[in-house]
Amino acid sequence: MKNENKIQYIYGIADNALILGQRLSELCGHGPNLETDIALTNMALDLLGQTRSYYQYVAELSGEGKTEDDIAFLRTERQYKNVLLVEQPNKHFGYVITRQFLFDIFHLLLLEKLQNSEDERLAAIAKKGIKEVSYHQRFSSDWIKRLGDGTKESHQKVQEAVDDLWTFTDELFHSTEEDQIALDHKIGVDTIELKEKYYQKVKEILEEATLSIPETKWFQKGGKQGIHSEHMGYLLSDLQYMQRTYPNMKW
Amino acid sequence: MTIKLEQHIDPTLVPILEEISDPEIPVLSIMDMGVVRSAILEDNIAKITITPTYSGCPAMDVIGEDITKAFAKENIEAKVSLVLSPAWTTDWITSRGRKALEAYGIAAPLDEEADKEALLGGKKIVKCPQCGSVNTKMISQFGSTACKALFQCNDCLEPFDYFKCLK
Repeated sequence: MKNENKIQYIYGIADNALILGQRLSELCGHGPNLETDIALTNMALDLLGQTRSYYQYVAELSGEGKTEDDIAFLRTERQYKNVLLVEQPNKHFGYVITRQFLFDIFHLLLLEKLQNSEDERLAAIAKKGIKEVSYHQRFSSDWIKRLGDGTKESHQKVQEAVDDLWTFTDELFHSTEEDQIALDHKIGVDTIELKEKYYQKVKEILEEATLSIPETKWFQKGGKQGIHSEHMGYLLSDLQYMQRTYPNMKW
Repeated sequence: MTIKLEQHIDPTLVPILEEISDPEIPVLSIMDMGVVRSAILEDNIAKITITPTYSGCPAMDVIGEDITKAFAKENIEAKVSLVLSPAWTTDWITSRGRKALEAYGIAAPLDEEADKEALLGGKKIVKCPQCGSVNTKMISQFGSTACKALFQCNDCLEPFDYFKCLK
């Protein structure tokens, strides 16, 4: 497998962790209470840690003296290959939890497969990540149930979030050209294979949370090709501001 | 679980490594924490391999720098590298490390099954490091660092950290 293809494949996984990590970081100091504030930032830290592991690998593969920071901070919007789901804004706590829940279920299924990758480095990052992501999944599933089966208002808010974010779930299973190449080389994961299990698991928990499953047949897509929603530009300007303004600055 | 770490660790380097502690938990040396995977001395260069507890643990960068500094004091150049596999588990914390945690006020990790019961089932089995009572409750699944959850003792009322089981 050519390095360039492998790099693009890794972006498809790593950028989800970076962008969701960035979204959760925005909540630092703004959580609804101390415990959830700490939980969300803990999860952000895990995701950014995973991102670093992936980007360090990409930096080595690409040579050219690139660093993980260049990859995180100096790409243009179209070069980020995250799914649209993770870039959606933090409208309210129920929205944050729903976004997290819909991603966590997918993320764990993905990493459980990726740990068998013939690329040892990716397998190691996945194995490490599984331990963290299973904890995230427990947290978000737990909150989905508490909010869905909570008060009238929490139920309504989280139901609206589910209806809204549902349209972003199908993209998780789209296969790009790089995904196919990685799969052919036994490095990548066949995401289509995860689809049935994903919806089964998600529906199970939503039902327990007394939430109804949206019936929409129309889904959003584009993030994996670098075509993002309008929220992405604002997110990136926040993320990249320091490196763009003071190039090569360090802590 | 038995891990044959000894064969990769040069005993002459151990006293230096034992001086270095986790910056988040100063009572715990990186040896007792189980994050030192190998330590070899070659041509007066110490090659140290460490493994992160959690992917995003900010302590790893500091530990790396501390290792370099500690060896520099002994006029040994140290090269620190990070390995991810096999992934760190709380089983690698030594029994001395577990005692140090308890003495510091952090409840040491339970085994996997008990950990689940404590964190998810609300079972009262995490022992308060202050008064020893098991009449405790979880306040938050996530604590002050990625590796801990927050608990409170119902008897002495003190809040405390519980080091989560990671397998």
